[in-house]
Amino acid sequence: MVDKFWQNRYRFFHLLVHLCALFPLIWLIWDFSTDNLTANPIQAATLRTGKAAIVLLVLTLAVTPFYTIFGFKPVLPIRRTLGLYTFLYVSIHFLIFIGLDYGLDITLLKGAIFEKRYALVGFAAGLILLPLAITSTRGWMKRLGRRWKQLHRLIYLASLLAVVHYIWLVKSDIRQPLIFGLAVVLLLIARLPAVRRWLSGLRRCIMIHTPKLASFFHF
Amino acid sequence: MLKINPSEITPEDVYINRRQFMKLGALALGASVLAGCMPSSGTETSVTSTANGIEAASQTEAVPEDLAAEQTSFEDITNYNNYYEFTTNKELVASLSEDFVTNPWTIEVGGMVNKPGMFGIEDILQKFPREERIYRLRCVEAWSMVIPWLGFPLSKLLEEVEPTSDAKYVRFETLLDPEQMPGQRDSWFEWPYIEGLRLDEAMHDLTILSTGLYGKELLPQNGAPLRLVVPWKYGFKSIKSIVRIDLVSEMPTSLWMAASPNEYGFYANVNPEVNHPRWSQASERRIGETGRRPTLMFNGYEEEVAQLYAGMDLRANY
Repeated sequence: MVDKFWQNRYRFFHLLVHLCALFPLIWLIWDFSTDNLTANPIQAATLRTGKAAIVLLVLTLAVTPFYTIFGFKPVLPIRRTLGLYTFLYVSIHFLIFIGLDYGLDITLLKGAIFEKRYALVGFAAGLILLPLAITSTRGWMKRLGRRWKQLHRLIYLASLLAVVHYIWLVKSDIRQPLIFGLAVVLLLIARLPAVRRWLSGLRRCIMIHTPKLASFFHF
Repeated sequence: MLKINPSEITPEDVYINRRQFMKLGALALGASVLAGCMPSSGTETSVTSTANGIEAASQTEAVPEDLAAEQTSFEDITNYNNYYEFTTNKELVASLSEDFVTNPWTIEVGGMVNKPGMFGIEDILQKFPREERIYRLRCVEAWSMVIPWLGFPLSKLLEEVEPTSDAKYVRFETLLDPEQMPGQRDSWFEWPYIEGLRLDEAMHDLTILSTGLYGKELLPQNGAPLRLVVPWKYGFKSIKSIVRIDLVSEMPTSLWMAASPNEYGFYANVNPEVNHPRWSQASERRIGETGRRPTLMFNGYEEEVAQLYAGMDLRANY
């Protein structure tokens, strides 16, 4: 049951998610307009939109396990918001790469995307997200029925490809991409039926031992 | 294939009148574009096509290049630095290296030489007259700059110590001082930074030791007080803040070779046809420009250095 109080609190929470998700873009535009985007602004913009995209992708993946553990229902619609923002940043990232960086030079792009595995997996991850973004509406959800869920499980593949894309593009030190990889793997493991059951057991445990927390999440 | 005379030395008065010079350069460029991209004798650039350079030539528009007019701004050269001894963040190197002590500084030159020696940085500045060399710098990350270095040929220093006949390679070493260089506290890489050249590469006139740029003393973020500059190789070969130079008989293993042997080789010659295993080296972004430029063979110094690698498989010897 979600009463008025929770509805307001939920609206505020959702607004906060929008603001946080838009922050990297606003910051990027600000730095760009104040000429603060390093001596190599196009590369900086590519890296920053890519980083925002992978952070949002991991957060999108984290929503379901978060719900499994805390049983906090209002968090679920955030998943779509985060997913769509992921797609927004992926699109900007891709457009900067082909438009600003390579000036839509087909010959150069062919060599850069199709001959280089890091670009190829990144491109594949982005392509996978495209139908997910298109079918994210309620209408499409109804139309696809059970297959909607199957289709949207493709985000698991996209996030693995995104991590590989990140690992392959760094010069040598792969520690940071590996942290993202670890997060993705853990969040995927959390979805395995046995693990999920164990996590909801954990929820009951939290409920019993920390009544305050339980009441906050409105169990 | 575009051939450029790279070792052009800008006299100080021309250098000081750079704005005028740039205008002239722009005029020359405009004139030659009007002339249908025919190389005009007014510019120092000449366009020749070689038997196997036809493909490259069709890619490379025959736009005359005037390096002096293309110099990257001092601001960018001193604030966009790859210097992992301080940080992997290019924008933070300048502030983190602000207090780096570059005087007193001694460079030990030894190994297979008849006259090994310790050179104080002031001895070096006194002994070897500096000249300006405007070179392209091509980073392995596919960006580039044009930098007016101040320096002297490395060969001058090597002649001073007299390499023996056993000496085949030169090994360079950067200062190891984690107190001053916070990046060296990170053990991901095997510090200190090591680089190497074959003796003939080291003796080549284009290879310089630099102590300044833009007419000023070198700043720490650019490798003060003394760094190597090898313009036809990827930037990481041009080792910074050198404390030791050894003449050796075996090929030295550089820091990057040790870190990632299948990606960074000993030679690391700029070559648009040999890609990095993970990204293309066919084009580059010149810092300050929006478009991409085709990368030139040996970074545009093919005429001067190609003979060093005659008969060598450049794909295998990356």
